[in-house]
Amino acid sequence: MQKAKLLVAGAAAFATSSLLNVAQATELEVTHWWTSGGEAAAVKVFADAFNAGGDSWIDGAIAGSGSVARPIIISRILGGKPMGATQLNHGRQAEELVEEGLMLDLTELAEKEGWKDLVRPSSLLDSCTLDGKIYCVPVNIHSFQWMWTSLDAYKKAGIDAPKDWNEFVASAPKLREAGITPLAVGNQGWQTNGMFGVVQTGVGGVELYVKTIVERDAEALRGPEMAAVWEAYGQARDLDDPDNSIQNWNDATSQVITGKAGAQIMGDWAQGEFQVAGQTAGVEYDCLPGLGLQPALDTGGDAFYFPRQDDDEKTAAQLRMASMMISKAVQVDFNLKKGSLPVRGDVDLEAANNCMKKGLEVLANPDNIIPSGDQSFSLDTTGQLEDLLVEFWNNPDMSPADAHDSWASIIEEAE
Amino acid sequence: MNTSSSTATPSRLPAAKRKHPLLRNLPAKLAATPMIATALVVFIGCSVWSVVYSFTSSRSLPKEKFVGLKQYDRLFGSSRWTESIENIAIYGICALVFSLLVGFLLAVALDQKIRFENTFRTIFLYPFALSFIVTGLVWQWILNPDFGIQQIIRDIGFSGFEFNLLASREYSVYALVIAGLWQGTGFVMALMLAGLRGIDQDIWKAARVDGIPAWRTYLFIVIPMMRPVFITTLVIIASGIVKVYDLVVALTDGGPGISSEMPAKYVYDYMFGRANLGQALAASTVMLSTVLIILIPWAYLEFRQKRDGDHA
Repeated sequence: MQKAKLLVAGAAAFATSSLLNVAQATELEVTHWWTSGGEAAAVKVFADAFNAGGDSWIDGAIAGSGSVARPIIISRILGGKPMGATQLNHGRQAEELVEEGLMLDLTELAEKEGWKDLVRPSSLLDSCTLDGKIYCVPVNIHSFQWMWTSLDAYKKAGIDAPKDWNEFVASAPKLREAGITPLAVGNQGWQTNGMFGVVQTGVGGVELYVKTIVERDAEALRGPEMAAVWEAYGQARDLDDPDNSIQNWNDATSQVITGKAGAQIMGDWAQGEFQVAGQTAGVEYDCLPGLGLQPALDTGGDAFYFPRQDDDEKTAAQLRMASMMISKAVQVDFNLKKGSLPVRGDVDLEAANNCMKKGLEVLANPDNIIPSGDQSFSLDTTGQLEDLLVEFWNNPDMSPADAHDSWASIIEEAE
Repeated sequence: MNTSSSTATPSRLPAAKRKHPLLRNLPAKLAATPMIATALVVFIGCSVWSVVYSFTSSRSLPKEKFVGLKQYDRLFGSSRWTESIENIAIYGICALVFSLLVGFLLAVALDQKIRFENTFRTIFLYPFALSFIVTGLVWQWILNPDFGIQQIIRDIGFSGFEFNLLASREYSVYALVIAGLWQGTGFVMALMLAGLRGIDQDIWKAARVDGIPAWRTYLFIVIPMMRPVFITTLVIIASGIVKVYDLVVALTDGGPGISSEMPAKYVYDYMFGRANLGQALAASTVMLSTVLIILIPWAYLEFRQKRDGDHA
């Protein structure tokens, strides 16, 4: 598959170079895993802006989720065949690659353009920084703490749409009577794990989240507050359809879009799907940041890394691409398509929709910002948590107390 | 082997024609050298390397930070690994028993000098031409509850019919068994058929003269004579079982939950997806030692038998 992709990329490169014959067009292959409808539209914004600057963007989309794409990307870099630029979630995923000197140092460009003052919240740039040097460009703010409800489904069930998680749980029996699955869930580890984080911040609160995930406080990890969170998560498990064999997150989102399911807990990238389906926030669907209980959002997101190249021209083009990605106009266009929030505080968001405005309101207060799991745990630990949570979700015999115990052990032993 | 043959030869060869032992059969030795080197470096060398690094805390790159048995502790404490072991046991036993049984029965059926034998052979062997990825995708459609077997039987009129392996925690591993058998049985059949054709027709005639029923001839005469074919088949099936990975990824992706995970997938996930080389190598070392535990006694038995045969 890799080979076929390279062939396609090569063919595309040949076609563009022979057709346009731009004097200084430098080709950069960009790998990413943005393949759903809304995501693809957002990538196009980058590609068009880069091509407009006289270079050429060679798209290396890898189908599947990040957990499929990341190994391919990382093994290509380790194997000595680095691409021009690649998406990764910032945080600790690329830590070792940076330590081994495989990534381009962007510090000079960042200082020239003053990224430190532009990027908000500053934690985004911190995640790109290692030993005082900057190695990646944050391009968007994504937060997982959203619940998307289908207003159509509630209309069909003849009840008011819930304003928060507790109302949602109470409304579930009515939805079931109307033949609607209350909660649509994609059965992949990263989704069940992410959902758990959302329930944790919503039900347990920000303080508990910071104590357990960031500080890894032993008492908090095993305390009664966490036990309550696990009970709530066990309740959520009962709201899923037992015969559910949905895998992809966007398939679950489409259940909400079509009114077959009442709600989905998913990050704000889901909003891109509602937009592609032509739905409007507040009319066909609604959004509840922090499950409507806690106005708190994490500020994970995507960043682009530029693997070090031997060719000076390519390096120059990499810096041009980095600069383009963080520029004002591109940031607005890109994030509107993607459903995420821009990383710059100084852009105009007149065009933003209801949900995006809700999100910005939450982010305006720094106390509401929580670090994402990607920023706290290595891939290894995240993987273990994903295994546990997807097992829990699919195994009704596993009690919340047992799962709580394993969960706490994983975090205690994490590096 | 070298030494035994060179000590055996001098008595047979005149002293003048005697060559240096290293130069005897030179072309054959030269031809075998690359394979010997590959075996030493790739198989043995890399296996040793893997075992050594399974005792380190290597993350995405190998590092010599030894941590003793910590990776193994974690491995056996992980419910995903335990589940993987159980699954490969179920898959292995079912795949071994059924592919041998069904493959042999199909071969016997084809051996009855039936018409259109070539056609049937092609049909049964055809799935073997497909990769596991394609096999997995095909069966994902066939087993899909909304438009696969379940829906077809419901449409016929049995509206309560339940056949949803892919969404079932208990039975998802049997979906892998079914798909694996569909893919591999034709090949077993072809091997068995070749074995059956290798049986001397005179034996059949003799059995018929003695009035032995066909099934007894198969069971007590033909099968023991086909021993080498069975061993070859067994090795091929067994190696397929140990390395099963692509079928899982294509068909169930280990789900629902972790109910159809397999050891090879655990190794891959930790090595590439989760940047924990130490954990992945610990898992692969356990896989290797399991295979050796089964293989060594068996090989010992085989070789001893041969030596006994030499004496006789």
